[in-house]
This record gives sequence, structure tokens and C-alpha cells, in this order.
Amino acid sequence: MAAYNANLRVWRGDDDGGELKDYTVEVNDGEVVLDIIHRLQATQTPDLAVRWNCKAGKCGSCSAEVNGRPRLMCMTRMSTFDENETVTVTPLRTFPVMRDLVTDVSFNYEKARQIPSFTPPKDLQPGDYRMQQEDVERSQEFRKCIECFLCQNVCHVVRDHEENKENFAGPRFHMRIAELDMHPLDVVDRQDMAQDEFGLGLCNITKCCTEVCPEHIKITDNALIPMKERVADRKYDPVVWLGKVLFKKK
Amino acid sequence: MAELERHEYDVVVIGAGGAGLRAVIEARERGLRVAVVTKSLFGKAHTVMAEGGCAAAMRNVNTKDSWQVHFGDTMRGGKFLNNWRMAELHAQEAPDRVWELETYGALFDRTKDGKISQRNFGGHTYPRLAHVGDRTGLEIIRTLQQKIVSLQQDDFKETGDYEHRIKIFHECSITDLIKDGDRIAGAFGYWRETGSFILFDAPAVVLATGGIGKSFKVSSNSWEYTGDGHALALRAGSNLINMEFIQFHPTGMVWPLSVKGILVTEGVRGDGGVLKNSEGKRFMFDYIPPVFKGQYAETEEEADQWLKDNDSARRTPDLLPRDEVARAIVAEVKAGRGTPHGGVYLDIASRMPTEEIKRRLPSMYHQFIELAEVDITKDEMEVGPTCHYVMGGIEVDPDTGGAATPGLFAAGECSGGMHGSNRLGGNSLSDLLVFGRRAGMGAADYVAALAERPKPPQDAVDEATKMALAPYDAHEHPENPYTLHAELQQSMNDLVGIIRKKDEIEEALVKLDELRGRLQNVAVEGGRVYNPGWHLAIDMRNMLLVSECVAKAALQRTESRGGHTRDDYPAMDANWRNTLLVCKTTDVATAEAMVPGVTVVPEPQVPMRPDLLEVFELSELEKYYTDAELAEHPERKG
Repeated sequence: MAAYNANLRVWRGDDDGGELKDYTVEVNDGEVVLDIIHRLQATQTPDLAVRWNCKAGKCGSCSAEVNGRPRLMCMTRMSTFDENETVTVTPLRTFPVMRDLVTDVSFNYEKARQIPSFTPPKDLQPGDYRMQQEDVERSQEFRKCIECFLCQNVCHVVRDHEENKENFAGPRFHMRIAELDMHPLDVVDRQDMAQDEFGLGLCNITKCCTEVCPEHIKITDNALIPMKERVADRKYDPVVWLGKVLFKKK
Repeated sequence: MAELERHEYDVVVIGAGGAGLRAVIEARERGLRVAVVTKSLFGKAHTVMAEGGCAAAMRNVNTKDSWQVHFGDTMRGGKFLNNWRMAELHAQEAPDRVWELETYGALFDRTKDGKISQRNFGGHTYPRLAHVGDRTGLEIIRTLQQKIVSLQQDDFKETGDYEHRIKIFHECSITDLIKDGDRIAGAFGYWRETGSFILFDAPAVVLATGGIGKSFKVSSNSWEYTGDGHALALRAGSNLINMEFIQFHPTGMVWPLSVKGILVTEGVRGDGGVLKNSEGKRFMFDYIPPVFKGQYAETEEEADQWLKDNDSARRTPDLLPRDEVARAIVAEVKAGRGTPHGGVYLDIASRMPTEEIKRRLPSMYHQFIELAEVDITKDEMEVGPTCHYVMGGIEVDPDTGGAATPGLFAAGECSGGMHGSNRLGGNSLSDLLVFGRRAGMGAADYVAALAERPKPPQDAVDEATKMALAPYDAHEHPENPYTLHAELQQSMNDLVGIIRKKDEIEEALVKLDELRGRLQNVAVEGGRVYNPGWHLAIDMRNMLLVSECVAKAALQRTESRGGHTRDDYPAMDANWRNTLLVCKTTDVATAEAMVPGVTVVPEPQVPMRPDLLEVFELSELEKYYTDAELAEHPERKG
């Protein structure tokens, strides 16, 4: 494929507002959207703000919306667009813009800090941990998460509803709760808190999070639905309910 | 003068990769208040890119392993130039550091009896690498990140403030260390987000800033790897050692051009993948160097037998240390047996079933499908060397991580000595855990023993501010930082790359001098809010200073060893083995000059302790040591 000039439309602005601006940028064989953004930066707009690190799909920094779809810019090849198509790059919509393509993702770090951490049995010594591969695999799938926050960005519970942010941790952190709940050696009971404190009930399993996950983690099927089932078993199982009433401590 | 935000801490850790975070944990566990400063978001550090595993002689897969064997492999891998005390501590403490991660919540792949599984890797005698598929670095960074969150939760319970003892300053860059007399008194930098300045008033600083790979064009490193810690330490009066030794990882992607350099894990070969040339030949059998003769399989049958059972055959030469494999690939391509895009083939497709490849190497599968449209379960990968790691770094005390400047500590890739002239795969993740902890401990002890806190002098803060703002001054001949960076990368790549020659290194030094002059005219557009052009202009100071160290040391070392290959001095020379090339600054960096001068002086290493020397056969030591050095060896005397 020969080099060609692409029509690129990039959102420029800050928290006071901004606009889409048009640019023409050269594209070479095999390049990804992030390459084109970098070329734009090096040749036309040296102060264009973009967050990126590894450019290999491993760190989850360069999240943005490309033609309206949440994507990692480093893993979106230009060859997936027609040469005469205008490629539009905008910042993640769910989080406040800092400048250009960079958003303030601190919401996610705040949610992460609210989830009780891994808690092993008290008397278990380092080096004595024994777990079977098949028992760790479920949590391992969720630990593939690179925290690009595309799932958080796409989730309609918060994407269009700022008011839900306080009571809803979002798919990434519901998955974190599921990961810990499925950890063979974690001793914390996480099922009630998933529902009551982190808003799992607001999720109505539209699978948007799974669709945008660049790691192809089956967030909905393997984390959110099983976690919802665990919660439902607990909350709505009459035997469990009776047991709780009869044997409740204190 | 510009506005300035001030914070007081006991310890400031610069860098939030594995080494930095482990240092934070240690200093916090010892009761100190710690700031973590990172150029990126929390959890995005370069450690996420480590793939293959974390080396530790836990003996889960082969009980013949021991810290002594690991120590021996590390010294061999580094061609006996390593700081032996660091290699000793590393081999002894790595298992505890890995087991500790499980208590933080890490989930490594398991053996059948439920222990941490360990895989084969280049230069390691036994299966030794704890791993999680091919995303071990991600597991380690996330685990440490989550441990820090858990410590913050403990602090919240106790004080009502998550940030009572640990605060993360992310997307914040440190541009200068501030000294009070000889001692560290703090660190100065800017918020990337706003461009406003920040001063940390702290008696101890731990540098954990990683490497320097962004000075090279073809690199597996992210933009953050601009040698910040190296440069900060130099400017603060500490020394760098071993800067001529750069690891070119043998297997980076070579095509498409835009992804050239992205890493292909050594785990591919550890799990059975083999290197082939364009004639389909497994060429590594032709490249076993004299020092490793007898330790590696000499036929394909033997190599494949070893893969099935480590104890019944010698290991495959596909898993020679990285420097050897990288040189072999360059030689094959030079001889006309390369692939269409100038690499060699790496074949896993014919070696194991599709599902097994996807299970063991999921990121590699994903990376090649998405970026190169190559299905590695069906086709061979095209690979070639990529700048990956700098063995050189800040000269530190092995036990405490202390640099020459009082109050300054360093750990991980930005420190030097541990890996000698070449690092073994898997020894980086273990290095950062072992020495991250030790640097955190060293800093804590230092602070506890201080009679009075040093104070950051105002004139130093003023000078640092002036230097950071210099790109905004009016310039008669403005230079674009991106252009300067591209020219630096091209020169280092072409002239001080994997194979070096005297006249080419000299040419590089002329170019570096030119860039140094042009950097004084570097100019940026736009404001200070999240302005990457400005950030790069500042980072260029560090890249130029560190590149000069690499080039000057490479010129002086007239031999080939590990990550330093001289075309004009192709042999390893035992007379050089014990010599460290030490880089020091010759003057002070000012806002006008931007980059201080550098000189490189040879210094001898401390000889290895006799009990450690006995780990090796005399016949092996004879390949590396001079006769005079071995005169006192018990076997010689007896």
C-alpha cells in the first residue's frame, strides 16, 4: 500500500469547551491511529494533548473515541478505514476533558480505592499458598484488565447519567469485586456490598462493556452475570434469608 | 516567579513502576510518609510491558535449583562484570519477594501441586520464572498498585485520610533534585495536567525511573524512558556505571514499520518456539560462543529432548543469553539469510497446537493478529533486535540502594551493576522487587538517622524554575523538540546501536554536541496545560546527557562484552572484565547550557568474595578472568 493523506478530524479544546478541527495527515502502511496523531503532533500541532505510553496495547493509556467508538488508538489500524473517509478522534465522553484528547479519569481511581482489598486467611504464611490452576483461571481472566477504562466510558449507566456516578462503580470495578470473590483464598464476603455499595443492580447486562474490551475479557458473561447470580442467591433465596435471620450474629 | 505548590514528605519516590512501588511499600511499612511521583497515570508504568516472568529459585518445578545456581547464571549472563553482591542478594531474596506478592493478591500460573509454576528462559539453568501467561509485568504492577491501595485503606481506617501516609502524584514530572549543601533536600517538577510547578521538601529521594530506550529509534520502550533518573542523579553529583551496556532484545517485531521494535516475549522460545533463517534452518546451533560451549545442545534432537525433559539433555541454543541471540540474528541478516523485512523467523506454529499457543501466549497472539495481521498459530513471526534495557545506571550501595549523594537512593533499571554487561530475561522483575524493597529500607533508615532535616534553598528552586521555563523564552532560531528527538534517535540507533565502531561513535559524539547546542534554542508553542511539546523539550535534556554517557563509555571500552559489541574489537578481553567505566558530570547544568558536561573514567571493581567464587568451576572462571586474578584461587594454589 502506498502512503496517502488521510482526513483527520480531532477535538481540540479544554474544560471550557472546544471544537472539532480538520487536518490532513500522511498515512503509511501498517500504521495505527496513534501514529497519525503523533505525526500530526510532530508536524502541525506540537501542543496537541494525547495520553499514551506503550503503544503496544498493554498499558491502556491511549483510550479515545474513534468515529464515535471507544478504542485504544494504538490498536486501531488505519487500514480499517477507507482512504477517503474522515477519521474523527474525540476524547472519552464519560469523563471530564482536561485538554484535547486527555480526560480526567480520577473517577476510576476513587472507585478502586473503595473496594476492600484482597484478604487472605490470617495464619497463611507466604510461600504456603496452594491453588489449582483451574481455580485461579476465572480471576486471572479479569486480571488481564489493562485499566483503559473503555468499559467505564461506554457503560450507559454513567455515560449519560452523571448522577449515577456516586453509587455505581462501573463494569471494571464490578469485575474487580467478582475477581476477588472468585479468588480461592480471599476471605471477605463481597456479595452484599456488590449490590448495596457498588450498584451492581443498576447494570442491566447490555454487554456494551464486553464489546469494547480490548483484552476481550467476557466482562458481562464471566464477571457481572455470575456476580449478579451470587447476589441473587444470597438475597432472594428463602433458606439463606431464614438462616440469616435465625443465626445472625450480634 | 511562577506559582509554586509545596509538600513535605519523608521520602519521595520518583517512578511508579515495580521498583518504585515496592520502595513505597517498604518505606510506608516502616512508618514514613511517602510521595510517589510518576509521569504517567498510576498503574501504567513500563513494568506492565514485561511479559515472560519473574526469576526466583523457588524450586517448584526443579528441586535442583538454588540461589547459588541462580547467582551463577546471573554472573555468567552478565559475563562476570556484575556487581557480585547485588547478584547474591538478588538470588537469595527473590523467592521471598515473589511469595510476598501472593499475599498481596497476585495470581500466578500454578503447578499441578498448586504451587507457583516456573518456566524456562534464556540463560537460566532450570525453569525459574514465575509467570502469568505472557503478561507477568501487568500482574506485578497491578498487584503492587493494589497493595498500595490496601495500605491507603488501612490509613483511612486509622486516620480518616487515605493519603495520610502515601500520596500518588500522577502525571507529574520531576525536572530537578534540590540539594542543601551536599545532601538531598527535595525535588522540583511540574504537573503535566496544568503545567504548574511543585516542590517536594524531603530529605530522601528514591529514583526508580526505569531506562533510557527513547533515545533509540527502534525500541521496545515507552515514551517515559527518557533516562530521567540517570540524569537527575548525575546532575546531583552521583555517578553512573556500565552505560555502554545496552540490551537489544533479540525478538522485536520488524513489520509493519510503525510497530517495529514492539517486544515479542522470550517466553515464545522458553515454551518451545525456535528461530529460523530464510532457508528454514535453525541457525542458533552455529552461534554457541566459546564461553558457553558444552552447556548447550548441539543438535535439534537434543534441543527438543531438553524441552521435554530438562534433566536428560542440554538446553537449546535458542535460549542463549539475549546478547548472543541478538548478535546471531544480525549476522544471519547480514549474510543474506534474513526475512523480507530484515529479520529472522520465530516459529511457534509448528511446535504446539493452536489452543496451547493461545493459552500460553495470548498477548502475542493478539498483538500479531491486530498489528501485523499474522496468525502466529499458523505462520511464523518475523523478528529482529530492539533496544530493550539499559544495564548501566546509578552506582549504588548494594545493600541500601544508596547513591553517592547523601539522601539519594535508586532501584530497578535506573540503577547499575546488578546485571553486569547483559541482563538475563526474568531478572528484571525480580531485581525491582528485591532492590525496590532495599532502597525503601535504605531511605527509611537514612531518614530515621537524620539529626535535622535539610532545607531546599530558594536559589536552587529559582534556577530549576528558570530551566523548566527556558523553552518558552524567545529564540532567534527556534528548534522543534520533535525534530531534535527524531535526530537523536536516528543517530543513537545508527551509530551507537547493537554493533559499534570507533569512527561511528565519534560521529555520534559530534552529532550529540550539535544537538546540545540546538537544544538551547528549543522552543514550544501553546500554553503550559498538558503540552507534550514542552514536556519533550524538558525530557530532551535528560536524553542528551544520558546518550552522551552511552557514547563516551562505548568509545572507551575497546572490547566486546554482553550488550556492548565493537566491530573493531570483536573479542572479549579479560583485562577489561574488572573495569567499570564511571560517568560523572564536569560542571553544573544551568538554564543557559541546559546539559552539563560528562567525563568517563575507568575504575576497578571490588574482587568477588572467595565463597562466591567457589560457586564456579575454575575452568569456567579461566574463560573470563586473567591469570593474575586467579592466582589466589584454591584450586590453582593447591
